[in-house]
Amino acid sequence: MKHHLLGALLALSLLAGAPAARAESIFTYASGKLLLTGGVSQVEGAAGGGLTPWAVIGGYETKDQVGANAFYTSVDTQDYRITSQGALLGLYNRVELSCARQDFDTQGVGAALGLGYGYTISQETVGVKVRVIGDAILDQDHWWPQVSIGAQVKHNRNGALVKALGARDDRSTDYYVSATKLYLSRGILLNGTLRATKANQFGILGYGGVDDDNHLQAEGSVAYLVNRHLAIGAEVRTKPDNLAVAKEGAAVDLFAAYALNKHLSLTLAYADLGHIVTRRQSGFYGSLQVGF
Amino acid sequence: MKYLALAALLIATPALAEPRNADPFPVISPDGSLYQAFGGHEGLVRITDDLMVNVLADPRTHDFFVAAKRDQIKTGLIQIFCHVMGGGCEYTGKDMTEAHSQLGIREEDFTALVESLQKAMDKNHVPFRAQNRLLAAMAPHHREIVTGPGKG
Repeated sequence: MKHHLLGALLALSLLAGAPAARAESIFTYASGKLLLTGGVSQVEGAAGGGLTPWAVIGGYETKDQVGANAFYTSVDTQDYRITSQGALLGLYNRVELSCARQDFDTQGVGAALGLGYGYTISQETVGVKVRVIGDAILDQDHWWPQVSIGAQVKHNRNGALVKALGARDDRSTDYYVSATKLYLSRGILLNGTLRATKANQFGILGYGGVDDDNHLQAEGSVAYLVNRHLAIGAEVRTKPDNLAVAKEGAAVDLFAAYALNKHLSLTLAYADLGHIVTRRQSGFYGSLQVGF
Repeated sequence: MKYLALAALLIATPALAEPRNADPFPVISPDGSLYQAFGGHEGLVRITDDLMVNVLADPRTHDFFVAAKRDQIKTGLIQIFCHVMGGGCEYTGKDMTEAHSQLGIREEDFTALVESLQKAMDKNHVPFRAQNRLLAAMAPHHREIVTGPGKG
């Protein structure tokens, strides 16, 4: 699955970069951005922090290049194991295409609910993000941030189950706008994201519930650059609370993102994902990103 | 009251009235503390020497520098860095736009130069925070320097 998607993305990038010189940049590796300035991979596959998309376009490409990366993320909480894997393509520092799959392993809760131990709910997300204005990194003399808009098209593969839990649909699309600014002289990056979504628990529990409305949710990140390779920070992502059977709360994390080089980065975090069906879920989060 | 509002507006909007700052290299450390963190003139000489070694060693920037008047570039960079960091120098070189207009420098080339500068600053023990203050002051000049494909 992952390989097919990655192949499709690479094929797409070849089409998009028809001139030979541009297609070549995929293979010679895009290195036109400074280390860590393409962000890491957020849970649904967009470039950002761990939880929330940033306005940056993923990959290390510039306006003349194409960049790509793939990631694997795992979070172990009290009752669940959540993994996410995917890939993205950054086109000319303007458009980001991403795809990812989230697997929510219910472990013992699955057994208790009669679904079977380790019953896993899966979601596929295809994302697109477009940079609208600004350059978060280079435009240090402008007060305005880099702003991007994006969409995440989501498909929950366990429709019958999530509908039985009260969700209205197994397909939905999130829309968001992100603003990101690096205050380089202070070594601080700020990001704010507003998301219109129907997703319950990122979409793991389907879309819609008590109502079928888009809920406007706020997300934010702050990061501090310790050195060129290491950023530490915190994130918060509010979520709708729209299922009658289960309470839902905001997710927060404290993270450290380490980039060995432009090919490899590791993010470790302690995440509190809020209440997910049974109780509040928290645990360690690890994410590996490989760039091409 | 109306005049007061107008006066307030005029005071509040000099940046809008004059889009380009008169000094292309605003001083970010008037007390010279940043200049000291870089080791003053001696420090800048060492850093720019190392920078030239690095850009020649990097295939991404080699061709831009191999035939260039590197001593002139070094002198210009030292003047600019000294000026913005409060070392009291003046830049006597060419206008930045003019100096780069024919070079076709792309954004990735600019980034490569920044990375060479970072290496040179590391080697000369400039603290990370001080490095970033200088880079933040220099970053906006990508607009005069990057004139290659896909600029702007």
